[in-house]
Amino acid sequence: MKRLFLAVLLGSATLAAPAMAQDVTITNAKLVLGDGSAPIEGGTVVVRGGRVVSAGRGGAAAGGRTIDAGGRYVTPGLVAGFTRLGIVEVDGVSTTNDASARESVFNAGLDIASAVNPRATPIAINRTDGITRAIVAPDNGGSIFAGQGAVIDLGNDMDAVTRGQAFQFMEWGEAGARAAGGSRPAAMAMFRNALFEAQAYARNPASFADRGKEALLTRADAQALQKVLTGQVPLLIHVERASDILGVLALKREFAGLKPVLVGASEGWTVAAQIAAANVPVLASALSDLPASFEQLAATQSNIGRMKAAGVVVGIGMIGDDEARQARLVRQYAGNLVALSKVPGASGLDWGAAFATISSLPARTIGMDGEIGSLAPGRRGDVVIWDGDPLEIGSAPTQLFIDGVEQPLTNRQTRLRDRYLNPAEQGLPKAYQR
Amino acid sequence: MIRTLTMVALAAGLVACTGDGKPVRSASADAGKDKAPGAGKGYDHDPFPSTYRPYPGRATLVTNVTILDGEGGRIDGGSVLFRDGKIVEVGQSIAAADGVTVIDGQGKWVTPGVIDVHSHLGDYPSPGVDAHSDGNEMTGPVTAEVWAEHSVWPQDPGFARALTNGGVTTLQILPGSANLMGGRSVTLKNVYGRTMQAMKFPGAPYGLKMACGENPKRVYGSKGRMPSTRMGNIAVDRATWLKAREYDRKWDKYETEGGEAPSRDLAMDTLRGVLDGEILVHNHCYRADEMAIVMDMAQEMGYKVTAFHHAVESYKIADLLKARGVCSAVWADWYGFKMESYDAIGENLAILDQQGACAMIHSDDANGIQRLNQEVAKVIASARRAGITVTPEHAWTWLAINPARALGVDKVTGSLKPGKMADVVLWNGDPFSVYTRPQMVWVDGALLYDANNPKLRPVSDFELGQPGEGDVK
Repeated sequence: MKRLFLAVLLGSATLAAPAMAQDVTITNAKLVLGDGSAPIEGGTVVVRGGRVVSAGRGGAAAGGRTIDAGGRYVTPGLVAGFTRLGIVEVDGVSTTNDASARESVFNAGLDIASAVNPRATPIAINRTDGITRAIVAPDNGGSIFAGQGAVIDLGNDMDAVTRGQAFQFMEWGEAGARAAGGSRPAAMAMFRNALFEAQAYARNPASFADRGKEALLTRADAQALQKVLTGQVPLLIHVERASDILGVLALKREFAGLKPVLVGASEGWTVAAQIAAANVPVLASALSDLPASFEQLAATQSNIGRMKAAGVVVGIGMIGDDEARQARLVRQYAGNLVALSKVPGASGLDWGAAFATISSLPARTIGMDGEIGSLAPGRRGDVVIWDGDPLEIGSAPTQLFIDGVEQPLTNRQTRLRDRYLNPAEQGLPKAYQR
Repeated sequence: MIRTLTMVALAAGLVACTGDGKPVRSASADAGKDKAPGAGKGYDHDPFPSTYRPYPGRATLVTNVTILDGEGGRIDGGSVLFRDGKIVEVGQSIAAADGVTVIDGQGKWVTPGVIDVHSHLGDYPSPGVDAHSDGNEMTGPVTAEVWAEHSVWPQDPGFARALTNGGVTTLQILPGSANLMGGRSVTLKNVYGRTMQAMKFPGAPYGLKMACGENPKRVYGSKGRMPSTRMGNIAVDRATWLKAREYDRKWDKYETEGGEAPSRDLAMDTLRGVLDGEILVHNHCYRADEMAIVMDMAQEMGYKVTAFHHAVESYKIADLLKARGVCSAVWADWYGFKMESYDAIGENLAILDQQGACAMIHSDDANGIQRLNQEVAKVIASARRAGITVTPEHAWTWLAINPARALGVDKVTGSLKPGKMADVVLWNGDPFSVYTRPQMVWVDGALLYDANNPKLRPVSDFELGQPGEGDVK
């Protein structure tokens, strides 16, 4: 099964590597590999055929275009963990918002890849800030199961989906309880029942009685959950409260194939040892520090630092945080985690570790760190040259490559800016100025 | 214009409070038939007076720091001295007198406390459960009679976060934007109190929250009532102002000439306060074209808009806003969450400022208020890429004196000037760097946060006995 999956993946990779991919060597870089290590002075990265060929100290140009980074930061493109990029244009305009489908009879079977619009304005806006890939999840409607998520690139082309049906997303805790009918036990019952139905489906797909609207699980949903049961795809679970997190770890013991990934996890630090022992990765909200709900009472910005110290694999996710548009804030959030290392009593991260929370680690939580999120031979050719420290607020990309293709760094906002730098009209109305 | 308004407003505040803080109970509506109570004295304008008292502080001298004074001034390697709750001196070198606590600020920066002109802490507190949802009186498009201070829950854990992570020392709590006239705002010192009154900024004028655009028309249109369109918004506004002018005339007449007291109307009291320049208008508005209409309406009805809030399209009419003397309180990078925020750009604040229009940062958010310094850093960077140079000392005006002016408290806070409240933040580095956090925060000279002292981490009642109590947050 896995082999088949890989074959599919490689197939789509071939398709996704556009003809415009350049062979590029970037020299004289303050090179960040994205694997948690410190930046390397005088680094070189070579991209050929849309993939990284080599990255490290020294090394000469290897044919094709050569760019002298002039000692500036060169990093892997950022991976935004847990977003809704590309599936929403304007949140408040429902016709442009494909995140959730409350009226649908389907849930786990929904495939968000079909909603991804590479021309949604947040794609270019986030690309301009250094994001090259995003984990995109549907939002739930009338079920704890939201559907199948995707990993996308933010390239300026129509081929955005890096991996469709990359994971299942589920609401747990308060939101799960609400969706299931009003309580946590109701969510648990819905979860178990759905998995049992999916098991029944797996035993004999042909005889699975799809009862349509009356069914507790449709055929399409059962198919999708089958992949969750077998561990073919990870199950991303939004969970905040410590007791709910422990409940998820118990589910992992009960359903042997399950590959849970915690999303949010505000109280994760209080049970960090258990999370680490269960080998469950986390896409955590970086700066949540308010008891915004009763399931986040212990929230602190030190959450990620403490979980990391306990051995948890943790990247930054953006759930509930303008994730359809502001995934670009992950950079600022990672910088803030470095700031915490100077605050007495707080747990922060060193620079390299903080950078990894927005590059290799989110990719690793869903098993894609071999493809994206770091500069190592064989990885996608997603490379960014910065005008300063990429975790510092004032910095921005000066050049950005996705799959080895150099990308435009303009967007609707930069166009509006250029039109209105001088707000007064000159000769003709603003509508003529472009 | 703003300055005039401010002075009027402050004067009004002082009139309402005697030196010992006891409210003046002016002649009320049941005064004798023929006696004129005097202008502005027909009824009590301060029935919920501030009981805020500064906490004791030590005379403190911070030396060897980079100082941004909040009004555009900067001193490298300078010193700040405060005593008895007030700034005493700011200069290159200040001698330490006996009994003064000296803090060597090597490598650190000092600024006036951050002022957030747009917050809902307390009226949309954490935890955000339905029982705490007290920010929008969504039962009618005009609720000028409600006062945000009557919703403020002084135990909101958000106040502590704003202080310790954000260096926020003063903040305005506004009603929400569901209504055209959402009610009065209140300005608070960011010091926990058992009561709202204990947090209330002494002498600060009230604000009136108004809103244009999508929210009022959506909320009331969906209930099948007016307004359901933008033109409906303005029609209801104007009709209401006409009533307010009549109310104002009647009370002016009564207060100066005596006779039968007109009947009281709490909503009209608020609008009368606006017409008299005693209450400042804070107008939620996104689109440039709508702001232009509101400014004309204000002129027609005889009041002034102090600041447009959110104002994501202010950059399109920076010249117009400058000409009318209206401020814009904006985010750095919010966009696209609804149609009227679609044209937001990161250079909004910088373009306004460059064009000479009054501008400032604001949060409108319990998380954003913890990083307003970083939000300004975003603006500085966007501006630089657009070819606009903004110095750090100038940028701090967007966090200090400009919001202080918009709140009418600039005579007493908002900059490090002798005699002003010692609302001071010592940052552990350049406050426009992502790597910097507050080291110490003083409000009126009292040390209320010290990163090195866990006992100086405020813990609201709500968080007491809960997981994470007293943790760094």
